[in-house]
Amino acid sequence: MSCGAPGTPSRPPAVQSGSAVPAPTIRAVLAALATTAALTLPLWLESPYFLHVVIMAGIFGVLALSLNLLLGYTGQLSLGHAAFFGIGAYASALLTLRLEWSFWLALPGAVALAALAGWLIGRLALKLRGAYFVLVTISFAGVVALVSVNWMELTNGPLGLPGVPAPTLGPWSLRGKRAYYYLVLAAVLLAYLVCRRLVGSRIGRAFVALRENEALAESVGVDVTHYLVLAAVVSAAMAGLAGSLYAHYTRFVSPEVFLFSYTVTMVIMVVAGGKGTLAGPLVGALIFTVLPEALRAVVSWQWQMLAYGVLLVLLVVFLPRGVVPAIAALRNRRAS
Amino acid sequence: MAELLQHLVNGLVLGGTYALLGIGLTLIFGLMNVVNFAHGEFYTLGAYATFAALGLAGAHFFVAVLAAIACGTALGALCELVLLRPLRAESIDTTMLVMIGVWIAMQNGELLIWGGVAKSIPHPFPTAPLVLGPVSIAPLRVFVLVLAAGLIVTAYLLIHTTRLGTAMRATFQDRDTAALMGVRIGRMHTATFAFGSGLAAAAGALLGPVFLAYPSMGDLASLKAFSVVILGGLGNLPGATLGGLLLGVAEEFGAGYVSSGYRDAVGFVIIIVVLLFRPAGLFARSERIG
Repeated sequence: MSCGAPGTPSRPPAVQSGSAVPAPTIRAVLAALATTAALTLPLWLESPYFLHVVIMAGIFGVLALSLNLLLGYTGQLSLGHAAFFGIGAYASALLTLRLEWSFWLALPGAVALAALAGWLIGRLALKLRGAYFVLVTISFAGVVALVSVNWMELTNGPLGLPGVPAPTLGPWSLRGKRAYYYLVLAAVLLAYLVCRRLVGSRIGRAFVALRENEALAESVGVDVTHYLVLAAVVSAAMAGLAGSLYAHYTRFVSPEVFLFSYTVTMVIMVVAGGKGTLAGPLVGALIFTVLPEALRAVVSWQWQMLAYGVLLVLLVVFLPRGVVPAIAALRNRRAS
Repeated sequence: MAELLQHLVNGLVLGGTYALLGIGLTLIFGLMNVVNFAHGEFYTLGAYATFAALGLAGAHFFVAVLAAIACGTALGALCELVLLRPLRAESIDTTMLVMIGVWIAMQNGELLIWGGVAKSIPHPFPTAPLVLGPVSIAPLRVFVLVLAAGLIVTAYLLIHTTRLGTAMRATFQDRDTAALMGVRIGRMHTATFAFGSGLAAAAGALLGPVFLAYPSMGDLASLKAFSVVILGGLGNLPGATLGGLLLGVAEEFGAGYVSSGYRDAVGFVIIIVVLLFRPAGLFARSERIG
């Protein structure tokens, strides 16, 4: 996994004195260990509760990766990301419940619909910047949430849609947590690879150029609107993917999927993990799904949300670049 | 016609408090370049402070409202001194994230202290409505409208006739030149944030007894304040006042003639439409934001 922020010049390999193992080997070993752990996890993690936590971490990992594409790479903060998540969840639930599509058709359907919403918001809002963009995204999410509560015929209003079917694969049902874990793992991997491919390409360099200096990027021929809309579409599609996975995992969708706290959680995950890095959102998602669950035994939910707020303030003040870049910087300092 | 007038009056009562919220936010936004997502939490604070002063300290209603305003002002000043002053050199995104953190922390702090059950705030006004021709209005709402109007006028006088107000306007127009002329920018920021928060707390203290006090009431208040600021244009005080009244009336009409379920969508739609088609606000002569 690449940890360095793109845009920072790659450092020459540090000359190591005394240590026999070069850093790339350590990194390869760590990556192999992480992969093995991820692939075999359901085999040694017996407790369904822990498996549930890991599945939720995976779904939030996809969400954090999706938000990071906008916030971390193009520098646009979307505070309406729960809307794309919710649209994905509702689309997938409605397609399977009302039209009786199979999960494997409903999933791409949900992704496409979320992407369409992303395109719409991108086309409309990305001529705005900073706070104004944030406000349009919040308002968009607000309107979508109100529609989900009020359009009874379609969404069943506040009561939600129960009985969303679990996906099946041929003769097997993916209802069990183990099977679902692998489904989510595949989605995380897909989202990660899409991000990596995108970020490493010309497109990713255009994103970063826009973030760093929009006027300069435009003057050397980067089509601002085109790239920002592209980022919004891919980001929304990934959030829709997470929404669909969430709907078929909890098997119940209600207007709660639009809760602002989902968006806040995504923002905290990205900021804490390290915006503009590939591993950051995943690390952030893991920390902020496992930590609250671990704290649940000790403190109540309200204290947790209070702690979230304080933590966000502290992170922005003391660790503004996030955990992953901080670790990378620490390692670089030690190496040189 | 009678129905229309009734909606108009109700809208103006709401709109007066929206204007209070909007004036505070537009000052903070315009002068400090801080997107204050915690603004609605000071509104919540105003409502709960009134409730606490009445219930726990047994204060008179008017004293409780004043105490709530003082409470909001003091906490606003504290917030600026502790959190925003050290970050003054940082980008607008950084302070925005910090204020989002403050928002979440304050809201859940309130949830912890007061619990999730909505509290009704007692008031000394008779409940029988005053009937003025085709329109009837509760005496409490008359009080809300009068006090809101009084506070709006106070805000104007403060900004336009006092030394502090002149310094604030100078800072808003050109911070560096103002600093060269001897204006202490740090103090202006503290004063602005405290003043804006005080106005938000006043709005909460006024609307709290009309509706109910509950921990998440600030979310919608924030969004409404933002719609007002966007309607009126950044840093535009008359714009914020008119924008507030307009939003209040538009909401009442929306709820009355379209569907009450979509009442709160009016603010959202205003934000989207105005930002897309007239981003400098309805009342600006020229475009100020790109």
